[in-house]
Amino acid sequence: MALLQLKNLGKDFGRLVAVNRIDLTVEPGEIRGLIGPNGSGKTTIFNLITGFIPPSRGSVFFQGEDITDLPPHAVARRGLARTFQLTTLFKEMTALENVVMACHLHLRVGLWRQFWRTARTRRREKAVEFRAMELLEFMGMAERANELAGELPHGHQCALGISNALATNPKMILLDEPVGGMNPTETAQTMDRIRRLRDLGITVLLVEHDMKAVMSTCDRITCINFGNKIAEGTARDVCSSQDVIEAYLGGTSGVCSL
Amino acid sequence: MIRRILVYIVDNFRWIGWLMILGAVLIVLPYMVRTYQVEVLILLLIDIILVVSFRLITTTGGWSLAHVPMMGCGAYATALLTAGLGVPFWISLPLSGLAAAVMAFILSYPLARTTGFAFFVASFAAGDSLRLCWTRFKTPFGGHKGLTNIPVPEFFSSVDLSAPIPYYYLALVITALCLLIMFRLDRSRIGHTFKAISMNADLSRSLGINVTFYKMLAFTIGSFFAGVAGVLLAHRLWAVVPAQFGFVTTLYLLVWVVFGGTRTFHGPILGVVVLTFLSELLKPLFEWVPMIFGTIIILTLIFFPEGLEGLGHRFTPWLDRQRFAAGDEPRH
Repeated sequence: MALLQLKNLGKDFGRLVAVNRIDLTVEPGEIRGLIGPNGSGKTTIFNLITGFIPPSRGSVFFQGEDITDLPPHAVARRGLARTFQLTTLFKEMTALENVVMACHLHLRVGLWRQFWRTARTRRREKAVEFRAMELLEFMGMAERANELAGELPHGHQCALGISNALATNPKMILLDEPVGGMNPTETAQTMDRIRRLRDLGITVLLVEHDMKAVMSTCDRITCINFGNKIAEGTARDVCSSQDVIEAYLGGTSGVCSL
Repeated sequence: MIRRILVYIVDNFRWIGWLMILGAVLIVLPYMVRTYQVEVLILLLIDIILVVSFRLITTTGGWSLAHVPMMGCGAYATALLTAGLGVPFWISLPLSGLAAAVMAFILSYPLARTTGFAFFVASFAAGDSLRLCWTRFKTPFGGHKGLTNIPVPEFFSSVDLSAPIPYYYLALVITALCLLIMFRLDRSRIGHTFKAISMNADLSRSLGINVTFYKMLAFTIGSFFAGVAGVLLAHRLWAVVPAQFGFVTTLYLLVWVVFGGTRTFHGPILGVVVLTFLSELLKPLFEWVPMIFGTIIILTLIFFPEGLEGLGHRFTPWLDRQRFAAGDEPRH
């Protein structure tokens, strides 16, 4: 069964058709790339899937359940996490506090108990802190755990954004430009971690402009332009698609210089 | 358990020490000042509950202009309950707080869906329409003249709570209790969640936090304490009138909070205490007080936008330099 399925999904902003009619199926354990020129509707699709904006038509299914009309926090609770394009963090908290906050969902302690901070609550908070530290280690941020998130270098902020999303214990994660603005070494490290996510059983859907990173990491790639799907398949298939080449370069030459 | 408490006390000795000194000062204070000044202190305590509960709401990111009317809700509720229905003060106190909370809960349903400027305007409209209800409905709210004959709280017959000093202690105990609860809340995960929402609402949503719910929660809890402040006010003044809860009071609240700062728990308290002392000092210049307050608020926003609480940080480097000059290690 498909993990994530978009059926005929679309969004209009006034008379502008941001996303026309997208059908997309992501299988469990896959790393799927979503590419397309600037303004082609990639981030809008993310916002539609995670409930940040309501779609104009179509529906979203996650694990067979219709999540089209759910608010963002309810989508997150079902195991579908996301990151944001511009580094989106709790900037005035430390890296560790960020991830602890993101572990919120697991605390499963009622408001009343949170208020009184019973021994059990404290034990859970300790466990959550431990888990948060593990996640930071996984993303290679352990030694920066106590620095303010807003003062971290860009690459680390991106990594922290992913740690935050991972802290919700997702089955699937949507990454919006995870390596944007990173140098080649950081990019390689991040893509390597994304592959390790897949090994942990987390399905990945990522939007990225760094073609080399996308082509070398993703199992399958979907390319969209002007809100329409124009190609789907392996890196090789997408690269050789005439539509993709035209979309990116106006039809002059190949997109992918692998 | 006992061992843990002991360890806690030893670990936090300095902090607890200061608190005890403060407590002692507050206990002897009414005997050191004139009767009129005790009345001022009582109102100050009530205002402290008001600003701290206001800050509680601001931690989720919105500055509620309905806070003073929420205090009015508590005041009107206790007037109706005690003077109208003969309910004892001690039962009316939590009930009236709850009445404000219920009203806030209903209002928060639409309010929590607005942010920034829209929240500002919407909360003002909601609050002021409440106040207009009290003005327009002669029954049960008494219209412009409000409600009078609010009884003095009953206590052991040997204590007369209509006198300023006993009432001061009543207000002190209730204020301390309210601050304790709100401090606890601020430091709990609920408080952290509020702050997370104000830092980044979208990120909070994506992490599974029900932002609307937490905003409603903060608004409701904050209004509960505003209601309690209203109860203390009503039973001290023995009367409530709608004019007390108008925009001028809201403006004062904003001035206190801007002057003190909202980032820390103690910031707004600092603001209201300093400005209350200042306005008492300036009593002879009565006509000038609003102008002086206006000037203070403008200067605050220009020169230290974080409020009084930010001054500490600002002087730390300077202090370090002085210490360094004196041959000490700089503090970190």
